[in-house]
Amino acid sequence: MLEIDGLRTEYGAVRALDEISLRVEPGTVTAVLGANGAGKTTLLRTISGLVRPSAGVVRFEGTDITRMRVEEIVRRGLAHVPEGRGVIAELTVEENLRLGGLFKGAQAMAPQEVYELFPRLVERRTQPASRLSGGERQMLSIGRALVGRPKVLLLDEPSLGLAPRLVAQIMGMVRTLADTLGLAVLLVEQNARSALSVANRGVVLNLGKVVADQSPAELAADERLRHAYLGF
Amino acid sequence: MTKFVDYTLNGVSTGAIYAAVALALVLIWRATRIVNFAQGAMLMFTTYIASAVITSTGSYVLGFVVALATGLVLGAVVERVLIRPVENGPPLNAVIVALGLYTLLIAVAGMIWSNTPRSFPPAFSIRGYDIGGTRVLFAPNDTFIVLVVVVVAVGLAALFRYTSLGLQMRAAAFKPEVAQLLGVRVRRMFTFGWSLAALTGAIAGVLVAPSVFLAPNNFDPILISGFVAAVLGGLDSPPGAVVGGMVLGLVLSYVAGYEGDALVPLAALVVLMLVLMVRPTGLFSASKERRV
Repeated sequence: MLEIDGLRTEYGAVRALDEISLRVEPGTVTAVLGANGAGKTTLLRTISGLVRPSAGVVRFEGTDITRMRVEEIVRRGLAHVPEGRGVIAELTVEENLRLGGLFKGAQAMAPQEVYELFPRLVERRTQPASRLSGGERQMLSIGRALVGRPKVLLLDEPSLGLAPRLVAQIMGMVRTLADTLGLAVLLVEQNARSALSVANRGVVLNLGKVVADQSPAELAADERLRHAYLGF
Repeated sequence: MTKFVDYTLNGVSTGAIYAAVALALVLIWRATRIVNFAQGAMLMFTTYIASAVITSTGSYVLGFVVALATGLVLGAVVERVLIRPVENGPPLNAVIVALGLYTLLIAVAGMIWSNTPRSFPPAFSIRGYDIGGTRVLFAPNDTFIVLVVVVVAVGLAALFRYTSLGLQMRAAAFKPEVAQLLGVRVRRMFTFGWSLAALTGAIAGVLVAPSVFLAPNNFDPILISGFVAAVLGGLDSPPGAVVGGMVLGLVLSYVAGYEGDALVPLAALVVLMLVLMVRPTGLFSASKERRV
């Protein structure tokens, strides 16, 4: 579904991504882990085209999307939920959801379906998103990404700033989405333990390089790796 | 008392024009966070074109429509050619470009149409209505002005609120990167914003031209009042721009009526200063952060 080969992204002299290669298959969750500055966010931003790589290829359903415009990439069915909950605070909940389906026409999910997934958003429909709590914002931004019925979902730190119970809920949601909708999920997380609890695979980044690409069980068993990069 | 009524009516009419100019400035501020100092010169230019069309065809309506069309195109061209290269630079770059465009348009208009002021026909009679034997300071043409501005304001509000294009424009203005990630062509929305603004400005130009006469520099005071009105309303709120324009129109009309015309520019600046001192975010501002 999503293939990344030899991806390299540089910010001036700093190499933020260094020869990254990985594959994300439909119906699976791939956790991307690592410390601050490991290149996790840059990886997502490079995939969706917000940042241009200096080398390497990103393929989506076999098509090279490396040089495409961001709007073109996302309209093809790749949804990117950015860090810090990319809801537009000035717009209402419903308007945020409408934005998610603008370019899908009749194919788009009705807001009703999103409300079924996230019942807490219903009563907030007409309120500006600025009134939502952190958890509700996260639900809104994930819900908005789903409206366009994407095939690939890039999630950047969905657990950031949320209470543990909510984190568990969001992670459970991610797993369900992959299982029921067949989504290919690339999940960037600092919270390695909870991300691995729902992932099929864990990719560990350090200083822009892949240092491990294994099953969650293997990662959890590797004590050296866990201590050095995952913090548990 | 009649005086007060007169000044109030007059204030409503000029306030409507300030509101239109303020709307133009607000649209551009929202889209690209730039204060368009060339707005006055742009609407001067489109008004000259309207004047040329009216003179040669004798049709006011045609002149009006051509001014609007020219505004749409001029706004898009200015954004695409002049503003886009400096959009991501420091804000001062865009200000300098806008000032350069102002100078250029003034000079070119002078070369084409000379600097001698010429008259511009009103759409309707400018003889005040006769109410109970007294002639008030409000004419059919003022009714036209107010109606047109109301239509523009309501039209813009409906566009932003109910259409997909408006939703995309708002998303692009508030959070460009998020909008882009949702498939919105953000740059194109910025161009639309400039187009709409120049269109609104063109309307203001045609409406105000009969009372200021047409000359390259004659629209500068309108821009200043429009800017004050926009700041009064919070600079990024279209309803704020309309209210700001009305408030300023009334205040300036009272000042002009009771104290004399000479004090008007000063009064506008006093209002600006008071707003910035008492409520720097304006009456209607939604945003907390501000970069000027």
